[in-house]
Amino acid sequence: MDIWTKIPLLTFIKNSAKLTIIVTLLQLFTSSFAAYAFAKMEFKGKNALFLGYIATIAVPWQAYMVPQFMMMRSWNLNNTHLAIICLQAFSAFGVFLMKRFYEGVPSELCEAARIDGLSEYGIWARIMLPLSKPVLSTLTIITFVNTWNDFLGPLIYLTKTELKTIQIGLRMFISQYSAEYGLIMAASVIALIPVLVIFLALQKHFVQGVASTGLKG
Amino acid sequence: MATKAVAGSDKKPMKKETRNTLIAYSFIAPNFIGFCVFTLVPMVFAIALAFCSWDGVNAIEFVGFQNFIDLVTDKTFLAAFKNTIVYSVAVVPLTLVCALGLAVSLNQPIKGRNFFRTVAFFPYVASLVAVAAVWNMIFSPSMGPVNMILSALGMVMYLAGLQGTNPELEEAAELDGANRWQVFWHITLPQLRPTTFLVVVTLTIASFKVYDQMYMITQGGPGNATITLVYYIYNVAFVNTPKYGYASAVAMVLFILVLIVTIIQFRGSSNDDT
Repeated sequence: MDIWTKIPLLTFIKNSAKLTIIVTLLQLFTSSFAAYAFAKMEFKGKNALFLGYIATIAVPWQAYMVPQFMMMRSWNLNNTHLAIICLQAFSAFGVFLMKRFYEGVPSELCEAARIDGLSEYGIWARIMLPLSKPVLSTLTIITFVNTWNDFLGPLIYLTKTELKTIQIGLRMFISQYSAEYGLIMAASVIALIPVLVIFLALQKHFVQGVASTGLKG
Repeated sequence: MATKAVAGSDKKPMKKETRNTLIAYSFIAPNFIGFCVFTLVPMVFAIALAFCSWDGVNAIEFVGFQNFIDLVTDKTFLAAFKNTIVYSVAVVPLTLVCALGLAVSLNQPIKGRNFFRTVAFFPYVASLVAVAAVWNMIFSPSMGPVNMILSALGMVMYLAGLQGTNPELEEAAELDGANRWQVFWHITLPQLRPTTFLVVVTLTIASFKVYDQMYMITQGGPGNATITLVYYIYNVAFVNTPKYGYASAVAMVLFILVLIVTIIQFRGSSNDDT
């Protein structure tokens, strides 16, 4: 039971869990919301806005992490969990993935609902969301795994021990107790359980989700 | 958002088109505002910063192309650049073969297929940090774990691609007396061409961003033998005296690398459609 006492592993797990759950929920909600408008509505500036999203997908986060960090620091957001949430929760990739899926849903469904007097918000909530289980599962797995396993983000933003995540915590075993590989293994297994549970729970839909959206990593 | 929802369903007569646009914007706003503030703005800032010199304390100074000129003679940068390319060239083909092999075998109607799929996908779920820690212990900093993570991702794409192949073609070939290898090589693989292309591009871009394992296993050493571009960006920006402008210049090089691959992909995929 050394792993719980040598470093504050429980705190790290709580931090990771908090961050991952908030980021995943925000990502799912905002992405599917925006993707609905892009896929099923006609409005001014649609193409220009979407191009803005697409253009940024190719830019690796590492290319702008430095200015992003300085921006966050000037708002006193470094060493807060809010920083990690902000920089992970609004990805262009999520919108892109969801849009691809929504485009495959027949527009007649939406039209029929509109004629029956359902608002756009109603169509999103009652028709699109229930239909998008495969893509929601896919996005959940990807976001959950990425946030849970993220290393560089927390490494840059979270320097206080009580804020650190499990991935940074694993690193602490190495620097401080370099010989205690048993502890690292034990902690690694613990770190693995949540992602495994999520993956097993959702994997039924996963390949289907990838197939229907032409997923890009 | 609640207020926006009200704005969308107002009572005053408004042009239907304007109203629709407003509703659409209210759908996009939650994501787009966050996206603009936390992604788009820093991105533009990064490009500007690449032409400046800044340590985070003193005023930002415009230096033109000086950062890029310095890069050419910077031995650490050149090592990082070379390592990143070598790493990609070595990892991508190997990973591709692994991914394809896994996907094809896991697409067979065998007992316990879902179990094996999960096991094969396992490395993607496992954190790089944990995997690297294990490899560190075994003290064989080979490319094994990374390979498996990427090939798990490739495998899923190939699995998805295989669902789209036409089984009748394969049956027809088998009836005509082709053996399994011939069927695979001449029938299945050509049908997977778009998928292969996508997997190659995804793998290449992912391998350009390699960082975690280097940090965990070798810290970029010995010397600069395993330093990569992302690792170098981190070092320049966050270790010792920060040189934010210079770090952004390195980041631009990474961006251009990724951009080239993306453009190739864009060209390739539009060829597929015609």
